[in-house]
Parts: sequence; structure tokens; C-alpha cells
Amino acid sequence: MSILKVSGSPHIHGDQSVSKIMLGVNIALLPAVLVSLYFFGLGALKVLVIAIASSVLFEYLIQKYLIKGENTTGDFSALLTGVLLALNVPSGLPWYMVIIGALVAIGMGKMSFGGIGKNIFNPALVGRVFLLISFPVQMTTWPKAMVSRSSLFFNGIDQSLLDSVTGPTPLGQLAEHGVIAQPDYISYLMGSMSGSLGEISAIALLIGGLFMLFRKIITWEIPVAFLGSAAILSGIFWLIDPSSYADPLFHLLTGGMLLGAIFMATDMVTSPMSRTGQIVFGIGGGVLTILIRIWGAYPEGVSFAILIMNAFVPLIDKAFKPKQFGEVVKNG
Amino acid sequence: MKTFSKGGVHPAENKIAANAPIEVMPIPKKAFIPVGQHLGAPAKPVVQKGDTIKVGTLLAKGESFISAHIHSSVSGKIEKIDHWIDASGYKRQMIIVGVEGDEWEESIDRTPEIVHEITLSKQEIIARIKESGIVGLGGATFPTHVKLMIPDGKKCDVLLINGVECEPYLTSDHRVMLERGEEMLIGVSILMKALDTKKAMVGIENNKPDAIAHLTSLAAEFSGITIHPLKIKYPQGAEKQLIKALINREVPSGKLPIEVGAVVNNSGTALAVYEAVQKNKPLFERVVTVTGKSLAKSANLLTRIGTPIAELLEKTGGLPENSGKIISGGPMMGKALTQTDIPVSKGTSGILVLPDEESTRPETLTCIRCAKCVQACPMGLMPYHIALLAAHQKWEATEKSHVMDCIECGSCQFVCPSARPLLDYMRVGKQTVGLIIRNRGKK
Repeated sequence: MSILKVSGSPHIHGDQSVSKIMLGVNIALLPAVLVSLYFFGLGALKVLVIAIASSVLFEYLIQKYLIKGENTTGDFSALLTGVLLALNVPSGLPWYMVIIGALVAIGMGKMSFGGIGKNIFNPALVGRVFLLISFPVQMTTWPKAMVSRSSLFFNGIDQSLLDSVTGPTPLGQLAEHGVIAQPDYISYLMGSMSGSLGEISAIALLIGGLFMLFRKIITWEIPVAFLGSAAILSGIFWLIDPSSYADPLFHLLTGGMLLGAIFMATDMVTSPMSRTGQIVFGIGGGVLTILIRIWGAYPEGVSFAILIMNAFVPLIDKAFKPKQFGEVVKNG
Repeated sequence: MKTFSKGGVHPAENKIAANAPIEVMPIPKKAFIPVGQHLGAPAKPVVQKGDTIKVGTLLAKGESFISAHIHSSVSGKIEKIDHWIDASGYKRQMIIVGVEGDEWEESIDRTPEIVHEITLSKQEIIARIKESGIVGLGGATFPTHVKLMIPDGKKCDVLLINGVECEPYLTSDHRVMLERGEEMLIGVSILMKALDTKKAMVGIENNKPDAIAHLTSLAAEFSGITIHPLKIKYPQGAEKQLIKALINREVPSGKLPIEVGAVVNNSGTALAVYEAVQKNKPLFERVVTVTGKSLAKSANLLTRIGTPIAELLEKTGGLPENSGKIISGGPMMGKALTQTDIPVSKGTSGILVLPDEESTRPETLTCIRCAKCVQACPMGLMPYHIALLAAHQKWEATEKSHVMDCIECGSCQFVCPSARPLLDYMRVGKQTVGLIIRNRGKK
């Protein structure tokens, strides 16, 4: 026996690690990734490959040449940012825009703050919103599910074909033409609608969410508060005037609502630490999303809502601390 | 099933020694008996070099309010009173005895029969417990007689007995409950008499169904004692968590259990109380779990205080080649030992050997704000935040973050995916803030 090791307790460590958590979220996204490949085919594959490769590469390069720190690409968090970015854009997005999105997500959203754990805003959403503002046309040209599976949509789309292979998202229709008479809830559940890669199938996203809950990667507070408050607020509008406001189920199943509530708002780094704080954060996100959808200039508001709430996290953390043991005496 | 409500973790139980009956450990050739084996002021030696002593002879007197007497665990001659390293890693005063034979003080009743009738009065019981040097055997080693002296205006309406043993690996309390259950329950009755209470509840985690069944059948013969299975959750053996689990009362921050009408004692302590009061036997031996996945065998050894742990490890097949850490106590709260000639003391509930590959902490990474430490903290603190404040030496803010409520259970550090040394920082915070508070009191 060599020299005994000495350290403070505890002397054992649980089986959780950063890379395990990040890998777990990636695995939870697999159903959504598969659905996107099924409905959008080669276009989805192109966006995914480019987003993932450039996110990991940018993190590696920035870490090596700018920050001069240790290589952190092995913790799967850059991979996760790449996957989430891809799932938040349409499959027809030109390749160079995907690369720009990844550069902004990793460079501006994450590494400029000092890398994993330090960023204030969800990196993938920073990338997405940057793209949405910079390339509004390409970011809102939605290939139709199933129709365009063999097209790569490289460098934009032939204008003559545009109408046959692209179509508005349900939220786009809502914003432009008002309430859809007979919403096709089955296709919203399964994923055969226009939209970003990862937001089309409610079932795939819910499976991923349940997996993360089961593996204790996320807790219920943020998704439930987010979706619950969105449902209640949209429900109030709907009850007041069903002819001009969509019903809550429509709001929950369309757009980035589930992807945002389950995968983006629950990002550990950019969400509050206490349970009450998480509920407040979730409610804020859900309410803002519906307000933007109803009154905003954009048909969809999940990204903006989450980013706005990200900015409030330090305040929320200060205001909502966990209840301490023995703080309020309740005997019984 | 009952448990505490806030936080907690589930480390692998690893109760390897659970089925190993208590064995008597051979008497050492030389005993190293520390004069400070308890929480509070060390006892003052009342013997000198060259004195001949017996098993049970008073060696040192605890004179302060919070202190405890120290008795000899062996017979022989005092070789010297010197300083020797103990489990804390520091040199402490110890009485070193060259062992000759095994001669006990005549006053100790060594007959095997179990004495049921409690003849001593409340005051006599407390005095006897004090004279016998009984301290809490769960690990905190708080002098038991002090716990039994209820402050004016307070009333103990329930005695809680801690048979939880929530630390992984440790099984000494389990074996005591199983093999010495009847004596232990008499000890509980004695404590009830000392506290003037008619009600005692024994809390046992559900991973010890044999002990629960055994004590439940025995308890039928005792008035006022009930046995309560508890859901397995660490740190249920912590005093405040056990009170919450058993009677759903929350001890206020900075206060003692008596504030909510409860007194907590360990199951092993109850046995020591029985032996002191009914058999006039001072506390000089205890059951020590010697365990580890790499050991040839794991055992529960009835060991004389002062026996070097090297001898316990010999008894279990020697220290394996690849050992990296030897821990006094359990893996969550135990102390890593610097050497193997450290003696067993009253608070040594177990000796755990970890192989080298389990002895190094995982690499520390950046906090990813996952909030697992906040969810795990049984005291409702924000460990990541307190650790940051302490690391940046913001002592005023550290104090306001309720660092003094930390019970050092280690749950936060156990669950941290970034393997951050949260408890290290919390300890630094507690120590510094504690000093600041004490100095403030002096002014």
C-alpha cells in the first residue's frame, strides 16, 4: 500500500456528471430528430449535420485560440447546442446561414460569457433569434412535411417551385388568416405539418420530456408552469372570443411551445435554482409566449419569451430562495 | 412510510457487514486512550505514569459543563501520558496503557443475566450516566447526561431513538438492535425515566427489516415504546431530520430538539445507558463495523476503546494492497485517517477501507447551475451560492445565507455533476462565520 489519501467528506460521489446530463438531453432529443428526418428528409439531415459540426468546431476553435482553455467539446454541450439550433430552424435554410447561426450561438451565446455554465441566455436561442432577425425570409420559409424529403434546398429555393413545396405553419396561418376552422390535431401530434425541424411532433417531444423527467435531468416545475400558464392565458382569450382566438390545445401543440417548454426553458444554466423560482420563470415564459403570439409582430414567441425570462433569472434567484428547514415553525 | 420532507439523497447502501454477528475483538497489547473523545472540553487526567489500573478505572474527569469522563478499557500499567494522532489528524492528549491481563473493577456486574427492574431514581440515573462517561455513539459524541438535563421551562414529551443508520456501509447499530435488542430497550426505558416522559419512538430505516421485526416483537413487553420503519433516505439519521420524519416537528434554526419537546438518542447509546445503569459498566468498549468491498471479510467487532485500528484491519484479513483511503465512520460524513495506528474512540462507529480508484475525487468542473445541490440539501440551503460566497470571502453574505444551519451531511457535494467541493467551502464558511459570531458576542 502506498500513502493514504486524505480529504474532507463526503468520500463517495453520485453517478451524475456534466457529460452524462448533456448526453441525456441529446438522447431525449432523438425522437424529435428522427421525426424531422422522416418528414423533412435530406433537408433536415443537411441542417442537423452542419449545425452540429459547426457548433462543435466553433467551440473547439474558440476554446483553443481565443480563450486558450481546456478543450470542452467532450462534455456534449456543444453537440446539444448544435442539435437544438438545428431543431429550431426550417429544413430549407441555406447551409451558410446554419453556420452563421452556430457561430452566433456558440461564440456570442456561450463562449463570450466564458463557456459552459457562465452564459446568461440559451445559446441555441441566441443563434435562432439572430437568424430570424437577419434572414427573416429564409427563416420563415417552411418546407412542407413529406413533400420535400429529397430536396436539399441548397442556396435557397427555385421560386417557381416555392408554393408547391413550402407552406405556412399553423401559427402563421393563425396570424395571417385568423382561427383555423378545423385544426388537424392528429398531424400536430404526429408531426406532419410545416415548421422548424424539431417542433413538429408533439409526441416525440413529450417522449423526450418524460425520459428526462425519469432520468431526473429536469424537474417538472418549468415545463408544467410554462405550458400550464400558456394554456390558461390562451384559454381565457379563447373563452372570451373563440372566433378570433385559437383554443389552448392549438397553442400547446403548434409552433415551438413544447420544444421550448421541455428542452429550451429547462436549460439548467439559464434557469432559476429554486423550485418557486422555476415556477415563476415557467409562468413568465408561458404568459409572454401567448402575449407575443396574440399581439406581437411575429406569429411565434417562444424564443423571445424564453430569452426575456433568461434575463430575469438573476433577479428571480435573488427573490425566490428555497424555504429553509426550521425557518417557519409548523408543529403538528 | 415516514421520512423527512426536504432534500436528501440515495447513496448505494453497501451494507456488506449486515449479516456478520458481533465478534469480540481481542484486547490490544497497548491501548491509546484519548482524553477528548467527545464533543466539548477534553477530560483532565486523574492518573499518572506508572499507575496500575483495571478495566473501568476512571482515567480522566470531564470537568466542564459539556465534557465526559474517560475510563480505562484495559488493565495494566500506564506507560505515559503523551500526545498521539487521533482521527482528526491532530495530535491530542492520550493515556497510553501497557496491557497486562484483563482485570475488571469489582463494581462492574459481569454476569450475563439481563436486569429489567430500574431501581435508580431520575437524578441517580443521570448521575450514573455522567459517571460512566456515556456520550452519543452515533458519531457526534455529545455527552448524554447533558442531553438529559432539560432546561427550566422546557418539557420533553417524546424520546426518539435513532436506529436509522443512514450512512452507507455501517452496520454496528443494526447488529446491536438485532443482538442486544432487549438490553437496548431497557436502556430506552431508563432514558424515558430520566426524561420524565411516557413515550419513546424508535426510528429504523426499512433496509433493516429483521431489526424492525425483532424490536417490534420485543417492544410489546415495554410500555410506551413503539418501533417505526422509515423510508430509506440519507441523512435521516441527522437529529433534525429524524425528528421531522418521526413526529413531523421542525426544530427552529439554531435551536436544540428540546425546543420542540423532543430528545434524540442513538440506539447504541441506549445500550451503553443500560450497561451503565443496570450493570454499573462505564463506556469503554463499543461495536465497530470494519468493512470495505476490498477487505477479505467485513465484521462488526466489539472493540475496547484505545485499540489501534491497524489491529482491527488485521482481524479482517489485513489492509489490501490497493487501498487508498481509510475512513473513520461512514463514507458520507466520516473522517479520512492519516495512518493506521490511530485508536478507536467512543465515536468510532466504523472503519471503512476504500480502494485507491474510489479514493480520488472526480475532476472539478464549472457549475452548470443544475440546482441538484439545492434539491438535495435537507436544510433548504443553496449550497452552490454559499460555496461561491465563501470562496470569495464575502463573510457577511455567507452568514446571511444561513451557512450555520449546514449539518455537513455532504448531500450537495455527493450529487454535484460538476463534482464541486461544495462542502469544503461550506465548512470554511461555517468556521469563519462561527468565529465572527463568537467575537461579536465578546464585544
